[in-house]
Amino acid sequence: MPPLPALPRKYHAASVWLLYIVGLVPAAWGFWLGATGRLPGNPVKEFEHLLGLWALRFLVATLAITPLRDLLGVNWLRYRRALGLLAFWYVLMHFSTYMLLDQVLNVSAVLADIAKRPFITIGMAGFVLLIPLALTSNAWSIRRLGPRWGKLHRLVYVIAAAGALHFALSVKVVGPEQWMYVALVAALVAWRPVRPRFNRWKRGGGRARLNEA
Amino acid sequence: MSAYRPPHISAHEITPESVFLDRRTFLAATAGGLLAAAGTPAFAAPLDAAPGRYVLDEALTPEKDVTGYNNFYEFGTGKGDPAANSGAFEPEPWSVAVGGLVAKPKTFGLEELLAFPLEERIYRMRCVEAWSMVIPWIGFPLASLLDRVEPLGDAKYVAFETVVRPRQMPGQSGFFQPLPWPYVEGLRLDEARHPLTILSVGVYGKTLPNQNGAPVRLVVPWKYGFKGIKSIVRITLTDKEPPSTWNVSAPQEYGFYANVNPEVDHPRWSQASENRIGEGGFFGANRRPTLPFNGYGEEVAGLYAGMDLRVNY
Repeated sequence: MPPLPALPRKYHAASVWLLYIVGLVPAAWGFWLGATGRLPGNPVKEFEHLLGLWALRFLVATLAITPLRDLLGVNWLRYRRALGLLAFWYVLMHFSTYMLLDQVLNVSAVLADIAKRPFITIGMAGFVLLIPLALTSNAWSIRRLGPRWGKLHRLVYVIAAAGALHFALSVKVVGPEQWMYVALVAALVAWRPVRPRFNRWKRGGGRARLNEA
Repeated sequence: MSAYRPPHISAHEITPESVFLDRRTFLAATAGGLLAAAGTPAFAAPLDAAPGRYVLDEALTPEKDVTGYNNFYEFGTGKGDPAANSGAFEPEPWSVAVGGLVAKPKTFGLEELLAFPLEERIYRMRCVEAWSMVIPWIGFPLASLLDRVEPLGDAKYVAFETVVRPRQMPGQSGFFQPLPWPYVEGLRLDEARHPLTILSVGVYGKTLPNQNGAPVRLVVPWKYGFKGIKSIVRITLTDKEPPSTWNVSAPQEYGFYANVNPEVDHPRWSQASENRIGEGGFFGANRRPTLPFNGYGEEVAGLYAGMDLRVNY
């Protein structure tokens, strides 16, 4: 497979900052539509769902970085922290919208929901688990935590699974969109135990034999 | 009762009727042009009705929300899908076969349904998804129709069935179909005969738009919206509790009775409060407490005397 044209190194840092900015566009756009009365029907729910969906998309994108490198040889590792942090910001905004705009700070109703509704319990668990990952998404924490950093950040698999499940359990009928996210997260998580063997095969004879054929 | 604060909907926020009708003409035209070609739109024609007995003193939900924010899974599961995907649906000609345990089974043509004395009734509509509207329906009591067919003594329930037309209803065809078809619903005979229960043939002064269940649908204002079966083709009187689609699909979530009840939560969300669609906008607190029997307790609570409504949800 021919390698993709690589981005010159001098643009790497700028491209990461661009990702942060572009990544926040859906939220800003949705907020503008809502605040100016352009979201139809139930604007708060529309905005809440938009934020939740983008959180899930950024989680999937975060998990896709490693398989993309293994399978296609594309190294986008420099974007992974931004994608993960965007997922965190969207989850935070999703929860804040539910708390402030939807339940209008009715804390007892929110606590009752978290305790009684399995899909909200699962979503909330995913949010809580994301907090330590967001707090340690910086170079200082990586140096400080050493090998423990990698172990801690494996929580993202649990978080992504919680996100997909939260989405699937929230709807009245589980449809193609929910199944798609469940399948994507399942495939991306399932890749992790497979990849050491795959990479050994790729480095060893497997690839050479393929090239000869 | 909570204090009711009227919403502030400025006139400019309401879609002008001309714009609204243009959109509908466009939908009809893109849907094959059959209706447009005939020269007369087959739906949303003006419809006269006398002021009814039940007129709620609450602000009406804007027409654009009543006709644009719908659950009608035959046209898709999104709230905007019914309005977007129902352009090809042909509500005329139409007939409703009424039979089962009756002395005089009869098939009613749409003209015969429209010939019943029509009333405008302003009802609350509470969706099981914890949102609500206030809707000016046009229709007539279901009891008047039942009187014509003379139910027999052993008739205890009334079963309803929606039309099946995969070629005109995209949700009824393809790989993913959210529910088994036809959509079916049922009422106990005394619920069906209650003066609040109506067959609706219009809304907002016009015949029903396709997305609202054209040309005839059920409205039972003290029950969750999914009981209000749309585009009805068959009504059958029986002696057994008839199946209802959502109850069959998720029995632990949706009961046969489905009376609006703030005390009995849906397993996945609270029913204690509701969002009034079209009010409050983005930052206004448009959440209000849900009323037992959707505020119609005085009229209907007697129907359920002695029943445990936590069991019969």
